[in-house]
Amino acid sequence: MPNGMFINVIIQDKIKKNKELAKKIIEVCPVDIFELKDNELNTKEEFLDECTLCDLCINIVKDDSIIIKKLY
Amino acid sequence: MSILIDEGSKFIIQGITGREAVTMAKELIDYGSKLVGGVTPGKKGREVHGVPVEDTVKAFTDNQKIDGSIIVVPPAFTTDAVMEALDAGIKLIVVVTERIPRKQVAQFVEFAQQQNARIIGPNCLGIISPGKSKMGGIGGSAEATKRAFVPGNIGIMSRSGGMTVEIANSLSSSGLGVSTAISIGGDVIIGSSYAELMPLFDQDNDTKGIAIYSEPGGRAEILLAEYVKKSNRKLPIVAFMAGKFMDAMPGMRFGHAGTIVEGKADTTEEKIIRMQEAGITVVERIEEIPMKLKELIS
Amino acid sequence: MRFYEYESKQVLKKFNITIPSGGIATNPDDAMKIHKELNCEVVIKSQVLSGGRMKAGGVKFSANYETTKKYTEEILALTINNLKPVCVIVEPKSGISQEYYAAITWDGVEKKPVLIFSDMGGIDIEEVAEKYPSHVSRTHLSNLKPIYDYSAKIAVSNVGITGKDLNSLSRMLKGLIDIFNKYDLTLAEINPIAKLNDGSFIALDGHMDMEAEARNYHQDLLTELNINKEDTRQSRPPTQFEIDGAAVDAQDTRGVAGNVTEFSGNLGLIIGAGGGSLTLFDAVTNAGGKPANYCEIGGNPSVKKTAELTKLIVSKPGVEKIAVMMNVVSNTRVDIVARGVIKGVIEAGFKPKDKITIFRIPGSWEEEGFKILNKYEVEYVDRTVSMYEAANISVKKMQEEQ
Ligand code: SF4
Repeated sequence: MPNGMFINVIIQDKIKKNKELAKKIIEVCPVDIFELKDNELNTKEEFLDECTLCDLCINIVKDDSIIIKKLY
Repeated sequence: MSILIDEGSKFIIQGITGREAVTMAKELIDYGSKLVGGVTPGKKGREVHGVPVEDTVKAFTDNQKIDGSIIVVPPAFTTDAVMEALDAGIKLIVVVTERIPRKQVAQFVEFAQQQNARIIGPNCLGIISPGKSKMGGIGGSAEATKRAFVPGNIGIMSRSGGMTVEIANSLSSSGLGVSTAISIGGDVIIGSSYAELMPLFDQDNDTKGIAIYSEPGGRAEILLAEYVKKSNRKLPIVAFMAGKFMDAMPGMRFGHAGTIVEGKADTTEEKIIRMQEAGITVVERIEEIPMKLKELIS
Repeated sequence: MRFYEYESKQVLKKFNITIPSGGIATNPDDAMKIHKELNCEVVIKSQVLSGGRMKAGGVKFSANYETTKKYTEEILALTINNLKPVCVIVEPKSGISQEYYAAITWDGVEKKPVLIFSDMGGIDIEEVAEKYPSHVSRTHLSNLKPIYDYSAKIAVSNVGITGKDLNSLSRMLKGLIDIFNKYDLTLAEINPIAKLNDGSFIALDGHMDMEAEARNYHQDLLTELNINKEDTRQSRPPTQFEIDGAAVDAQDTRGVAGNVTEFSGNLGLIIGAGGGSLTLFDAVTNAGGKPANYCEIGGNPSVKKTAELTKLIVSKPGVEKIAVMMNVVSNTRVDIVARGVIKGVIEAGFKPKDKITIFRIPGSWEEEGFKILNKYEVEYVDRTVSMYEAANISVKKMQEEQ
């Protein structure tokens, strides 16, 4: 039986330290999934399932540096 | 034909830069509504999905005729927004905002009467004339709206926005369609109740029947019954009454702000009797609405 | 939101409407103390949010201290229409020469406040209106123009009162109008207004109702009256389950997952939105089901909020299964609700497919939602199955279990 988690947001290492980009990504997400932690772009685990699949974060990086993975 | 709005109706959104309003603007444009712009004080010069934002309503009405305005501002700013639209000469106003104290609602409704303008709502999803235009969030995305609302000859009036869509859906799955559907709002004081909108449907030759969703509380259904008794065009009306369980629980609040049972006259039992006396068919389930309407129209 | 008589009277007093002296007591000794201070025959009145106090024995007259103590004890223990009093009022018994009725309420048809006045107060006003229509006046008040004294004078004059009484009564009525307007009331009533033997007028009983939507605008008054946020003043006090439900809804401002009302059945309901909830509750009851609760979900609430509400309902003692049903949704997203409900069931320690009898929420993002439900093997139906049929399926499943 799956465990009641629905979304994972994966950030590739190559963009984690790009502060400019991080700022934009944090701003754009309507459900506050991203944060800056120890100077690195990170996701807040307790918010992952709130992801609306709006792709706004992906539109900013324009490639696969952010992957929204559905767990269903 | 249709009532209130059609493919030519031009309107604006007041509060267009808010989260919900931005989505609504996109849905309206995708559906084909003539949304010419929006107002958010202090945000003049911006664009939302390609339409301009102005600081005032007058900035639009000075240059062109605006038929309607959709109000999507927080409760504390609603009265101001409606008054501004009325003062600018706009004659049709859909108030989406909920939780506005009824004194304020009564204020802008009275001012609208003086200006010969019409208010729909508050606390509603708006109006749709399927295939032509929609004004408000009714139906959601353009695609979902097309799926639920098929053009046709049934008028819908509903105190619940969600149930407007549910009824449209049941009509379309039985091969019927909608001329105009109006989510009239669930509050105690609303701009236009069933009896105030019925004359418009009565004058619309393309509307052949009416579907109504009603609830406990208030006198809207009683007034409709009184209107129907007097009206010359006997359009077939089929009504569904929700919240029968509330009759046994006087004083409890359920559903909309208007859904509070206080006296005998606003129980579902009494309303059903009064509507039936006036010749309105009252059904037990939503899916009986299309069946009954087909019977009555043929 | 209803006010108790003693609260209503405090508001009247703020607006210079004369009320009886005296005070409130929560025990026989305090009642006796007030009686001693008043030093005259008193009336003891139950403070309960129910009509028919007199008939039920919630109002008693007392000439001596011992009966005051005895009556206070009796009245405090007396439930009226299942409601317990919070205290009693102890007031002097007044020498009355005539009683009047005054109230302002909303006329939903005219969409204006209406001032109702009668010179036959103290009894059932509906009966008076029916039998003696000329003794009841109805005066509509403008929402736009400021209200001047003349509106009140018209109301009083229309039942045939003139002279000094006209002026005193209309002053009182104007005060009542001001209260009604200032505090977003849905009812402001004085019944009766009494003309005392000395010719003066006094408000013997008051009843006020504030619009729930307007509570936030009048925090000052509510604080002054010591009314806190949890005090919903429904016709029965909220249960712990309902208080917990309200706390879930208050977690964040995204959408609504609230208006939880407790019932005693075994089928938990995750239903929405306003109209859909009313329809579905009826449908479940009609099909022979026994709802454990009423609730309203709408406006696309967060996954967390839906999950917490689900947890609360599925964990409620006596709940065997839950049904998740709504009308066709346009704003609320099917996949978001599906995530929330499944998360809630799992976090409560159950398997979604065991606990959810049926999931019937068609509408926006349903393809995505149905994928989630497939994965967790939850039975769902789309818009081709009506709300009524979905309720039937759910109730049947409950009955098969037994
Ligand atoms: S898809 Fe949208 S909601 Fe999801 S993480 Fe990206 S920005 Fe946030």
